[in-house]
Amino acid sequence: MLRLKNVEVIYDDVILVLKGLSLEVPSGRIVALLGPNGAGKSTTLKAISGLLLSEEGEVTDGAIEFEGQRIDRLLPEEIVRRGVFQVMEGRRVFEDLTVDENITMGGFIRSDRAGLKRDRDLCFDYFPQLKTLRGKLAGYLSGGEQQMLAISRALMARPRCILLDEPSLGLSPKLVQEIFAIIRRINEQEKTTILLVEQNARQALAIAHFAYLMENGRVVLEGETEKVKNNEDVKEFYLGGAGEKRNYKAVKSYRRRKRWLS
Amino acid sequence: MDFFLQLALNGVVVGSIYALVALGFVIIYKSSGVLNFAQGEFLLLGAYVFWALVEGRAPWPYAVALTVLFSILLGLAMERLILRPMIGEPIISVIMVTLGLSSMLRAIVLGAWGTDTRPYPALFASEPVFLGPLPVSRGYLFSMFVAALLLASFTLFFRYSRVGIAMRATAFSQEVAQSMGISVRRIFAVSWSIAAVVSALGGILLGELRGGADGSLAILGLKTLPVVILGGLDSIQGAIVGGLIVGVLENLAGGYLDPIMGGGVKEVAPFAVLVLILMIKPYGLFGKVKIERV
Repeated sequence: MLRLKNVEVIYDDVILVLKGLSLEVPSGRIVALLGPNGAGKSTTLKAISGLLLSEEGEVTDGAIEFEGQRIDRLLPEEIVRRGVFQVMEGRRVFEDLTVDENITMGGFIRSDRAGLKRDRDLCFDYFPQLKTLRGKLAGYLSGGEQQMLAISRALMARPRCILLDEPSLGLSPKLVQEIFAIIRRINEQEKTTILLVEQNARQALAIAHFAYLMENGRVVLEGETEKVKNNEDVKEFYLGGAGEKRNYKAVKSYRRRKRWLS
Repeated sequence: MDFFLQLALNGVVVGSIYALVALGFVIIYKSSGVLNFAQGEFLLLGAYVFWALVEGRAPWPYAVALTVLFSILLGLAMERLILRPMIGEPIISVIMVTLGLSSMLRAIVLGAWGTDTRPYPALFASEPVFLGPLPVSRGYLFSMFVAALLLASFTLFFRYSRVGIAMRATAFSQEVAQSMGISVRRIFAVSWSIAAVVSALGGILLGELRGGADGSLAILGLKTLPVVILGGLDSIQGAIVGGLIVGVLENLAGGYLDPIMGGGVKEVAPFAVLVLILMIKPYGLFGKVKIERV
């Protein structure tokens, strides 16, 4: 169980990004964290993984617990060792390392050779395409292949919880579906807990068990996926399927509702 | 012809030592983006520490081992005292700090041991070995062998070992490296230690070739700057090739042009070639060209 309690994050000592955010990710589940640009979704993930530090961000209030232990204040490498692994936004593969070397780096914290070898095969089982690219520099892979590589790196660390930041970014709809199917498979087969940050609400809600909706650094809506999917506002603003044609009046009502939401 | 071969061989020997010291420079640049201007002083310090140990009656293999140990500690201290407080500061500030550090270290060495040449004991028999018709001193052969061995092992270390790969990963992005659980601090500590060790070994080898340690060794250390720029700042192969080119050019220019021009060409020749090469290959011979996906 990953739990955030009233977390407040400030960048550069002045910019308040998370304003008392609370959320829970139960073990073995997929939880989606949705919201518009600038809501603080990525910041939330970085607060959990400890990567805020290198961006002059700081958790100034509240607590982050993983399996009962506080993990805010820990260094990022210690948090990875506790079993929380972040797949960063924009894939961020090591471009001048080969595919194989990238995968090796995913398993950096482990030293059990046999297990590492097994998990490398597991990665190629999930993403057969990568196997043919093993010796190639990661910088020359396509966007989809890079995303597969980024997820493989996460698998190699054998984390109990993966934080996935926008895996659909810049990918074709078909690839997005493929990637999401594999995320679900990883959750089911490896029993890995997943906290998924997405702009693509429809895809995220299709695989998540539970969803949070964030705006302006706060959670504004939460619930089982079904409940969130059927919420009128979510339908209208995030799934884009309220049905009737837009006119000027409707746009005004959009603004009004937006304000209400935040 | 013999004269030419002799010069070229000297160049290769000195060049391989340059390459070794340049390796240290490249490692620091690769992992942290810092140009370490104190590289020459690491070399100076290593050469003097070795001399002091030998002078204190330590057998030379022990003296080498202790110098290596000292250099490792020096590298760790650098990370702890200089790099860590500078985390989050612009790279240029760290580079300025290494510039200050170089003056400080040089002053400490000269303060402690003075400016006179401190002679090294002769480790090798003075009669040369003949490579075909060419007489080669044993010390030269040994230096070249040691430098080549070290260069080869570091190349393998970077290519295949986990820590080596992690160092390249950190060079690419510290943030992403951290997200894999790689401790960036530890990587910096390792890279500064390696840099200090290879410089100290380079210092010992140069001291051995020149018959002793003196202040001018630091200037030789600074020769690594054209070497690494020539080879490409972030390339180990580049450091090796660059070192050999600079070493050979320097000796050939010294042998053929100095008598005609009245001296000084030896020092300038490598820089002239450096400018030429950079005009054609701005990243250096082996420098990494950024991968851009379109």
